[in-house]
Amino acid sequence: MALEIVETCVNCWACEPLCPNRAIYEAAPHFLIDADKCTECLGDHAKPQCVEICPIEGAIVNELNEPMNPAGSLTGIPPQRWAAAQREIAAR
Amino acid sequence: MDLPVIASKAPLTPQGGCSAGSCGSTAGQLSGLSEEIRRKVEDHPCYSEQAHHHFARMHAAVAPACNIQCHYCNRKYDCANESRPGVVSELLTPDQAVKKTLAVAAAIPQMSVLGIAGPGDPLANPERTFATFRELAIKAPDIKLCVSTNGLALPDSVEELAKHNIDHVTITINCVDAEVGAKIYPWIFWQGERIRGIEAARILIEQQQKGLEMLVARGILVKVNSVMIPGVNDEHLKEVSKVVKAKGAFLHNVMPLIAEAEHGTFYGIMGQRSPSPAELKNLQDACEGDMNMMRHCRQCRADAVGLLGEDRGAEFTMDKVEAMEMDDAFLADAMAKRKALREQIAAENEAKKAKAHAPQPAGVAVVTIHRRTTTTDSGRPVLMAVAAKNGMVAEHFGHAREFLVYEATAAGAKLIGHRKTDLYCDGGDTCGDGESVLAKTIKALEGCEAVLCSKIGYEPWGELEAAGIRPNGEHAMEPVEEAVTAVWHEMLAAGLLNAPIAAETKRVA
Repeated sequence: MALEIVETCVNCWACEPLCPNRAIYEAAPHFLIDADKCTECLGDHAKPQCVEICPIEGAIVNELNEPMNPAGSLTGIPPQRWAAAQREIAAR
Repeated sequence: MDLPVIASKAPLTPQGGCSAGSCGSTAGQLSGLSEEIRRKVEDHPCYSEQAHHHFARMHAAVAPACNIQCHYCNRKYDCANESRPGVVSELLTPDQAVKKTLAVAAAIPQMSVLGIAGPGDPLANPERTFATFRELAIKAPDIKLCVSTNGLALPDSVEELAKHNIDHVTITINCVDAEVGAKIYPWIFWQGERIRGIEAARILIEQQQKGLEMLVARGILVKVNSVMIPGVNDEHLKEVSKVVKAKGAFLHNVMPLIAEAEHGTFYGIMGQRSPSPAELKNLQDACEGDMNMMRHCRQCRADAVGLLGEDRGAEFTMDKVEAMEMDDAFLADAMAKRKALREQIAAENEAKKAKAHAPQPAGVAVVTIHRRTTTTDSGRPVLMAVAAKNGMVAEHFGHAREFLVYEATAAGAKLIGHRKTDLYCDGGDTCGDGESVLAKTIKALEGCEAVLCSKIGYEPWGELEAAGIRPNGEHAMEPVEEAVTAVWHEMLAAGLLNAPIAAETKRVA
C-alpha cells in the first residue's frame, strides 16, 4: 500500500518533512512518493501525515486512485459552485 | 486604556505634545510611542509612515509550506499578475534568498528591511526561514530582519527569533473569538492532525495570543495585521484592537479583504464582498481610540521588492541575480552607500523637524497633526488624493500608479490610505484607451475633493472638475503634508468648507 502525489501538487514542501519514512522527495514537475517506502503512516501516526497537511484537494491519491482530500473538503467551496464560477469567468 | 508594556520601558509622549521625535510627517501615526520604539522603526517602511516614503524593503519567498488554511488565500499561488499577500512568482532556496537580498540591497541603497512573509507561513518552514536570517545577519548586518506569521507555530519559535536578533514580528490576528474564527479558517494542521471548525480556531487564537505575550515579554516589537471581512469580523476587530493593544502590540494594521472569483479563494468564489474605502476608514478610525493604526500598508506580495507601492521584483529574477558577481569589496561598498543614505535621510528629517518647531512666519499655517480630529468649528474635514514620490507632491497625474489619501482638517494632514490605479498615460500607443482608464481613476478617487500632483493634462483636469474633484498642481515639489494642509486652508479661505460635503462627492456606501 502506498499513496501517490499527482500533477495538481503545487510543490509547497509542507508534506516532505512530516513523512516518518522519508518517502517523499522533491522532483520535477512535482514532489513524488517512493511507493516502496510509503506505509501510509501505519504504526507511526493515526492518519497519513502528508494527507493531513496537504492544502490541495486531489493532489494525493490512494492505490485506487481516489483523492484522499476530495474536491470541496479543504477549501469548503462546493464543487458545483466552483464550476459555476469558472464558467462565469470564462464567459467574461 | 493603560499601556503597561510600553510604559514600563519609557514614559509616553503626552498626546498633543511636541517633546519627542514625532514632529514631522509621521506624528499622526506614531504619537504615543516611546522614543525607544520610534528609534527601532524610523527606517522600517512597514512600521513607520514617514519611513515608507524613503526606505525600501524586500520579501524573500523562501517559505512555501503553511500550517493553516484561510478563506482569503488560495494555495495555488503561482501567478505573476496578482498583487496580494501569499502570491509569488519564484520560490527561493535560502542561499538564493541571501544572494537576491544582497543584490537588491546593493542596487537599491534605500533598502533597510528583509522580511519573510510566505508564500506560506515562515514559521511552518523554520529551517528555510532561519537559514536565510542566519546568513544575512553575517553578510548584511545593517539590514533589519523581520517575519510575518499566522501565529500557530509562534510560541515554539520565539526563542529562535530572539536568537537571530529579529526585533520586528507581524502576527495576522483576525479574531479573538473562536466562533468568528471558524468562519475565516476552515482548518489548521496541529500535532499531526487536520483540525476543523471552532476547535481549530480556538487553538489558533490561543497560540497567537500566547505568541504575542511571549514576544512582548522579550522586548520584540509586534505589529498586528487584521483582514477586515464585512459581515464576518468587521465589528469584532474593534475588540481585537483593544485586546492586542492591552497585551503590548505597538501597531495595528487593519487591511481590506481582497476577494475576486478569479483568485479562486473561498471568499472570492462564494461572493464575499470587500469593504469600501469609506468602511475601512471608519473601522480604522474606530480602532484608533485604543491603538496606533497603520494606514500606509500596500498588502504586498510575498516576493515584493522596493519602496512600498512600486514593486521592482521583475528586475531581480533569480537568473539575473545568479549572473551577478558580488565579492567582499562589493558588499562592503554597498553597505557604506546604504549607511550614507540613511544618514542623509536622518539629517533631512532632523531639518524638517527643526523647521516644524520654528516659529511660523505670519500668514503661514502649517500644523502637524497629533491626534485624530473629526470636525472643527472652522471648517469640515476634506479627503485629498496626492500623486506622491518620496514624501513630496512630485508625480504627474497621468503617471501615478497610486494616490495617497489624506484627511485634511484645521489640525493638519493625516494619511488615511491609498488608492491604486492603472496608468492613465504611459506615453505609448495605448493612449487611445486613456478615456476609460481616466474614468476608472476618477472612480478610484471617490470621496476625495481635491487631487494634488506635480502636473496634469488639460483633459483629465476637466473630467476631474466635472466629477467634483479639484485638480491642484500648485504645490509641486512641496512636502505632502504641508501641501495638503495649505490646500485645505485655500479651500477654507474660498468659503468651500462651511457647507456640508457636496452631494456629488459624497460616498454612496
